Amino acid sequence: MTAISPASDQAARATSIVAAEARARARLRRRHALVIGLRLAILIVFLALWELGADYGVIDPFFFSSPSGIWEQIWSWVTEGTSQGPLWLQIYVTLEETFLGFAIGAVGGIAAGIVLGRNKLLADVFSIYIKIANSVPRVVLGSVFIIALGLGMASKVALAVVMVFFVVFANAFQGVREADRAMIANAQILGASPYQITATVIIPSAMSWILASLHVSFGFALVGAVVGEFLGAKQGMGLLISTAQGAFNANGVFAAMIILAVMALVVEFIITRFENYVVKWRPAPFNEQGT
Amino acid sequence: MQLQTMAAEKLSPAAPPADAAIAIDDVTLRFVTPDGHMMTAIRDFTMTVARGEFACVVGPTGCGKSTTLNLVTGLLRPTTGNVRVMGNPVTEISRDIGFVFQADALFPWRSVIDNVAAGPLYRGTPKAQAYDRARDWIARVGLARFEKHYPHQLSGGMRKRVALAQTFINQPKILLMDEPFSALDMQTRTAMQDELLGLWSELKSSVVFVTHDLEEAVALADKVYVLTAGPGTVKSVYRIDLPRPRVMADIRYDQKFIEIAKVIWNDLREEVQLGQSRGLQTGH
Ligand SMILES: Nc1ncnc2c1ncn2[C@@H]1O[C@H](COP(=O)(O)OP(=O)(O)OP(=O)(O)O)[C@@H](O)[C@H]1O
Ligand SMILES: [Mg+2]
Repeated sequence: MTAISPASDQAARATSIVAAEARARARLRRRHALVIGLRLAILIVFLALWELGADYGVIDPFFFSSPSGIWEQIWSWVTEGTSQGPLWLQIYVTLEETFLGFAIGAVGGIAAGIVLGRNKLLADVFSIYIKIANSVPRVVLGSVFIIALGLGMASKVALAVVMVFFVVFANAFQGVREADRAMIANAQILGASPYQITATVIIPSAMSWILASLHVSFGFALVGAVVGEFLGAKQGMGLLISTAQGAFNANGVFAAMIILAVMALVVEFIITRFENYVVKWRPAPFNEQGT
Repeated sequence: MQLQTMAAEKLSPAAPPADAAIAIDDVTLRFVTPDGHMMTAIRDFTMTVARGEFACVVGPTGCGKSTTLNLVTGLLRPTTGNVRVMGNPVTEISRDIGFVFQADALFPWRSVIDNVAAGPLYRGTPKAQAYDRARDWIARVGLARFEKHYPHQLSGGMRKRVALAQTFINQPKILLMDEPFSALDMQTRTAMQDELLGLWSELKSSVVFVTHDLEEAVALADKVYVLTAGPGTVKSVYRIDLPRPRVMADIRYDQKFIEIAKVIWNDLREEVQLGQSRGLQTGH
């Protein structure tokens, strides 16, 4: 028996590996630049076609507005304020309602999801009522809340809460149910009390489900607040839209829509940051590893 | 049959003595299956592990090995018969028990050191002390450089070491292990077996070690239980009189070891074949 050792030039191998790595990195960078470039190109082409279409009468700017008209509207809101007060106040009011509704709905949804997820009897008893409540079209509740709670903030917050609650609840419940049996048994044998199991095993393992639902439901909270304002309010972005609609001001509707979209994107970005921070233990997807 | 008196002495199952570390006395356990039928997992099962004894359990897949361990922890209750741990009937999860699971049961959101410190922290040890002990145990399983890593950043063998440290840090008087090394490669497994025997002789705990690998069972155990195909019951019990300390890398070439393994395998083979033919019939 003889041992065979591969005889090859170590140094040459090392340099060729370095070169291959450099090529792979350059390829990745080029691809990244290409994606960004294509995205920008599509945006520019889209806006240009819209603007030109409006200029040449292909698209009626009275109904469908135009990029320059929207920009002028936003600019005048920023510099001169809206018919119902300064723009930042409208944004602030809507955000405040959204955040309050989001926070209450999310905390309530998580708490209910965990309690029902941990208790089979409660889950079996209440599941029927949750199904019923969930099948009520929630926007209709907006009218109920405005009648009951008035034109102020409370009715919008309430609508945002019901929009958020069910989504977060369903996810938290599912997350708790999916918690690994072996992991729970392990914690029990290591000496964890039922409370410790909930706090250190159930909640962390349901966390990715909960965070996924927070992404979606922030958008729902915003919809709840805006629809609530739309149905009746003294202030807020929803009222701005409904005023513009009443005056057949397409520029106003589109401008408000864009401001809302930007608000949603900013918050989405913050939630993603938070999520990455909370679940830093999760393995990176394979395509992101080593970059 | 000279062998059996020489090294692998076949014991006759007897009622367990009162002071045994683990005493499973004539236990039958039935599960209610999802379609409402009763399914017997183990029947008329009697098993004793003396204090400080290392018992291995082998048997065909699905014969009730994991179920037996769960009876000892108290996670499952017998339908008839009784289970005693350290002389006391099992009513709740005992603090004396440590369990290394068949599946990976580390907490993926906790770093290695947080995983190992989990036991003492759950049991109310002050934080500083818990982490000191955790650091100590991590060093003993050779992972000192990986304290801050998360489980997904470790290899399978390293995760098993973390699981061992996580279990041993509670210094269990009773150690239950469910095919802990079956997912490891040969070299790592041999190293882990040596490590386990070292830790065991230090803690002097009583061990029940489940495995589907007969050679592993003979190499580690004082006593090997062979179970019948499901519903499982004890088919025979062998006392293994190989001298200790044993070195895992060498023992498999030991003449006496080979002979013992052969004798027990003859016993086990019928059950494995029976289990397989049944599995084929029922489509499992
Ligand atoms: N919770 C349960 N409900 C119903 N049946 C179960 C349950 N747990 C186990 N069983 C059944 O009990 C029998 C014994 O299962 P057990 O897990 O103890 O087998 P095992 O010997 O550990 O098998 P393996 O070697 O494959 O791990 C199996 O037939 C299994 O289908
Ligand atoms: Mg098993």
